[in-house]
Amino acid sequence: MSDEQNSNGVPAPRDETGEVIGVRKGMFGANNGGDTSGYGGLVRTVTLPGATPRPYGGWFDEVADELEGALEEQDLLPENAIEKTVVDRGELTFHIAREHLPTVARTLRDDPALRFELCTGVSGVHFLGDKGRELHAVYHLRSITHGRLIRLEVSAPDSDPHVPSLVAVYPTNDWHERETYDFFGLIFDGHPALTRIMMPDDWQGFPQRKDYPLGGIAVEYKGAQIPAPDQRRSYS
Amino acid sequence: MGLEEKLPSGFVLTTVEQAAGWVRKSSVFPATFGLACCAIEMMTTGAGRYDLARFGMEVFRGSPRQADLMIVAGRVSQKMAPVLRQVYDQMPNPKWVISMGVCASSGGMFNNYAIVQGVDHIVPVDIYLPGCPPRPEMLMDAILKLHQKIQSSKLGVNAEEAAREAEDAALKALPLIEMKGLLR
Amino acid sequence: MTTPHATPRATTEGTVYTVTGGDWDEVVESAVKSDDERIIVNMGPQHPSTHGVLRLILEIDGETVTEARCGIGYLHTGIEKNLEFRNWTQGTTFVTRMDYLTPFFNETAYCLGVEKLLGIEDQIPDRATVLRVLLMELNRISSHLVCIATGGMELGATTIMIYGFRDRELVLDLFELITGLRMNHAFVRPGGLAQDLPPGAVDQLREFVKTMKKNLPEYDKLATGNPIFKARMQDVGYLDLTGCMALGATGPILRSAGLPHDLRKTDPYCGYETYEFDVPTADSCDAYGRFLIRLEEMRQSLRIIEQCIDRLAPGPVMVADKKIAWPAQLALGPDGLGNSLDHIKKIMGTSMEALIHHFKLVTEGFRVPAGQTYTAVESPKGELGVHVVSDGGTRPYRVHFRDPSFTNLQAMAAMCEGGQVADVIVAVASIDPVMGGVDR
Repeated sequence: MSDEQNSNGVPAPRDETGEVIGVRKGMFGANNGGDTSGYGGLVRTVTLPGATPRPYGGWFDEVADELEGALEEQDLLPENAIEKTVVDRGELTFHIAREHLPTVARTLRDDPALRFELCTGVSGVHFLGDKGRELHAVYHLRSITHGRLIRLEVSAPDSDPHVPSLVAVYPTNDWHERETYDFFGLIFDGHPALTRIMMPDDWQGFPQRKDYPLGGIAVEYKGAQIPAPDQRRSYS
Repeated sequence: MGLEEKLPSGFVLTTVEQAAGWVRKSSVFPATFGLACCAIEMMTTGAGRYDLARFGMEVFRGSPRQADLMIVAGRVSQKMAPVLRQVYDQMPNPKWVISMGVCASSGGMFNNYAIVQGVDHIVPVDIYLPGCPPRPEMLMDAILKLHQKIQSSKLGVNAEEAAREAEDAALKALPLIEMKGLLR
Repeated sequence: MTTPHATPRATTEGTVYTVTGGDWDEVVESAVKSDDERIIVNMGPQHPSTHGVLRLILEIDGETVTEARCGIGYLHTGIEKNLEFRNWTQGTTFVTRMDYLTPFFNETAYCLGVEKLLGIEDQIPDRATVLRVLLMELNRISSHLVCIATGGMELGATTIMIYGFRDRELVLDLFELITGLRMNHAFVRPGGLAQDLPPGAVDQLREFVKTMKKNLPEYDKLATGNPIFKARMQDVGYLDLTGCMALGATGPILRSAGLPHDLRKTDPYCGYETYEFDVPTADSCDAYGRFLIRLEEMRQSLRIIEQCIDRLAPGPVMVADKKIAWPAQLALGPDGLGNSLDHIKKIMGTSMEALIHHFKLVTEGFRVPAGQTYTAVESPKGELGVHVVSDGGTRPYRVHFRDPSFTNLQAMAAMCEGGQVADVIVAVASIDPVMGGVDR
């Protein structure tokens, strides 16, 4: 995607190289029982924007070059650490192999040409359909020095939900990582005290995962019952 | 509580009821139990423009042991529920509860894993106040209605009888799901 | 589980654990033997001096706080999860209740994110953007007023609390006039605003600016030079620039350390680069500096509001794309706000396609192309970031709020440890955490 498209705010074109996060069938979300809409045969794959080829445009190339150079100086091959780079909607995302996350983050923070000194925490996303990489941890790093914002994305499978902790690099991530652990069950290795923060200590399960129900109750009206929001018919 | 509960039924008791009710309603001490958005409106009600002091209630007590009204102002989470019950238990009798806002009354729009669907699962509620959040005028109206309730509250044997009647009525009441007709 | 405090015992129903508190004689003996005055004080979650349901766990040696920790989560509402079961437009109704003192910032940040995902940032009408800025700046004033008012009350200064709530009422009157509600407005929607300004609003806004210009100096007279106020706040809650950067503190806390970092200047949104205003800073790194910054920010907000009023040009307040614009035609009827009679006449009487479109938009909502985005606005408390993920459906796949209160509250330990117990209250008040935003 070229820079002109970015500045116009046009979303990146959807190509087949994108990351498949799910397959949608039919219409009107009728996934239990018969689909009478006549659209039962409709099958669509849902993909997130795929890797972007160079040039990324603007200062994105500069940041990518600097990061790759700085990683090479530390005898770390950039293609091992950076799985792919995505430019979408004017935002730069580096997908990082999880074992190299602390090195990359430290480099981004300390290199004078990069200097991303402010981390705005971690946000967990649970892609049930992204087999083998279900749990994503998304970090947004802001450089006050250069006035830039980038995104790091790490993924871990549900069967091995471990990601290295960034608290040593960005102490602000202390509570953010506890929150993500609390809601998604992502275990941040190396966190000084990874305990629940929002839910009661004896809570079972991780409530914001996609396989955890919303937990609402049916609401009674006069002679009628309205099911909880996650039990109603919906549009997919 | 005291001697007034031991009085025999009759005009002495009803006179004492009147007097006790008048005294109690004139000086209700609310406990500060602000939880969420409604707490801000509760504070506004206590501040200059709405001036809760006109009803003898400007002193919000920090300690539940000196309070006799709990205004549950906001959504009650599963984590907060035991705390809320403990605060209620620490309040001396007689005590009243206003459930302020839909979240406290029924869970409101937050019908999910985190929120207790109605504070009446935890403590008995005297006044349910709708609104998200209710305006200060609505809170004042709820408080005035509570004053009426306090004024007409019973003592001693009369209180026992009133409790029995209330229980009988509740047992006979038709469940919501069996009611017919329009949704109103 | 084999701990000395929970002995297992096999029964017919399975293993039963008996939890005991250990041997109290030993505890008492060791407490008597130790010669220090170390005690652990648990403040909250229901305590008048901790903003809302914040729990502070303080280890105290005499009057000195040796260790301070926060317990949060007592207001966790699951809003982020609830959002995933409603359509994109309904999302504003939920996010406005997160940090309930800054509803317009939550709404705007969320809507900017959705608009970026849709790729319609350039199609938002100018009038909607100007009104968003206007509402946000009004909201900044009301939020700072509550911070100063409750902060003063926690110090025992009731007068400043009465002042703060008096002036906040003026802002809420405007909110009520414009949106119909005092709080929790859900007025900013993806694509623009729910409604245009009502008649007479501009005059009232001008009147408000005039009144506030008269009232704001009263805070200076009452507090700024007040020796008691200064003695309580100066050099209390100290956090220098290094600490701020490490802990990710933003907003007045960061600016009180001398760094003029304000997203309105450094990463402008909603056309803030075209407004004239200053970013106040202090170099004292303490609670007093933060108080002064908040006062000055209110004056700057008044400047921006005046510029907004002058800029208001007639025009639409909702994006022209009918596939996104909802609510389409609102009007105030006898039973409150709803679809205008003309619109209902049109869709019910003349055009079946319009009725189908309306039905689809209201029940199903619009689809947002798959992807993710991060938008940040400068809320009164700091950087309010929203991470929105879409899977191409009619509902958000994941919305995460990076609330400034949540991040700033982490700095509480760094500010309080080594200080006096009484100063903990001042430090927490100067952070201005709103538990609705912290816990969400």
